[in-house]
Amino acid sequence: MPKTHTARPLAIPAISTRLLLTAAGVAILLLALAYLVAFDQGALSRSGMYMHELMHDGRHLLGVPCH
Amino acid sequence: MPLKLSFGRLLIAGLLAGLIAGLLAGTFAYVAGEPRIDAAIAIEEQNTLAHGEAGGSEELVGRDTQKNVGLILATSLYGIAMGGFLATAYTLLRRRLRTGSDTRAAIGLAAAALTGIVLVPFFKYPPNPPAVGDPATINQRTLSYLAVLVLGLVAIWAGVLAARTQTHEWRRATAGLTGFLIVVTIAYALLPTTNEVPGTFPAALLWKFRIASLGTQTILWTVLGLAFAGLLNRLATSSARQTPATAEPATT
Ligand SMILES: [Zn+2]
Repeated sequence: MPKTHTARPLAIPAISTRLLLTAAGVAILLLALAYLVAFDQGALSRSGMYMHELMHDGRHLLGVPCH
Repeated sequence: MPLKLSFGRLLIAGLLAGLIAGLLAGTFAYVAGEPRIDAAIAIEEQNTLAHGEAGGSEELVGRDTQKNVGLILATSLYGIAMGGFLATAYTLLRRRLRTGSDTRAAIGLAAAALTGIVLVPFFKYPPNPPAVGDPATINQRTLSYLAVLVLGLVAIWAGVLAARTQTHEWRRATAGLTGFLIVVTIAYALLPTTNEVPGTFPAALLWKFRIASLGTQTILWTVLGLAFAGLLNRLATSSARQTPATAEPATT
């Protein structure tokens, strides 16, 4: 049996207030992106119902309640 | 000392992995899911005509665009968002994951997400094709869906906490699974039940649609976990090559 190769773990940035604030900011942007796909009806995309209609099938197949 | 990764580099790896996962999941959804959606929309249009409602309302986006560009855009953006969440969770939780392997840590987090926000919601609120839902209940269904998604993640967390109370491997597995199932059972019991599938909707079509949806989401999270782990390995290899003097611990 071939020997399993495991890379040595990479060092992760230390948890600091700055990192937590950055992560919170990033999480808000990511939530907005997920909201745009899953629930937005023009309030975020500023495109009326265009983006909502465009991504309609994706919503159904990603398991999001749509209509 | 090994190379210290910034949150930014980890985030880029996560977003990139998410894009790859979204593209592949979208391709699967196109092949396995679109024929089912087309069939469901045909039934929906028949129902509309039968009820004498104003059919053929002007479409903002054509079906052809929805089926390819729209679908792939949706799964890609969704994948990118989930990749970002995975990278953020990895950065904040890596030290608490008791494994020396980054690959196991990354894939473990993706598997936890797949269980918590795909499998747990799937069995309570199985996804529905067009022509199934009642438009009047969409707000209620959306809230219930978000609630089961959050409770799925809580169940994973409960499982991990329960497992960590034990030291023996078999007991760990049993305690973890029990903790997880207790939270899932309570969540399923408390959340409202929705059953809006009309009796006339073909059962085989519903089944095939749900399998296509489950497949799409499973591919998204599986590829996301593997791609993120792969990109972490690449970062590890390149950092070891860039700084050979400091990357290897002085053992001599
Ligand atoms: Zn819909």
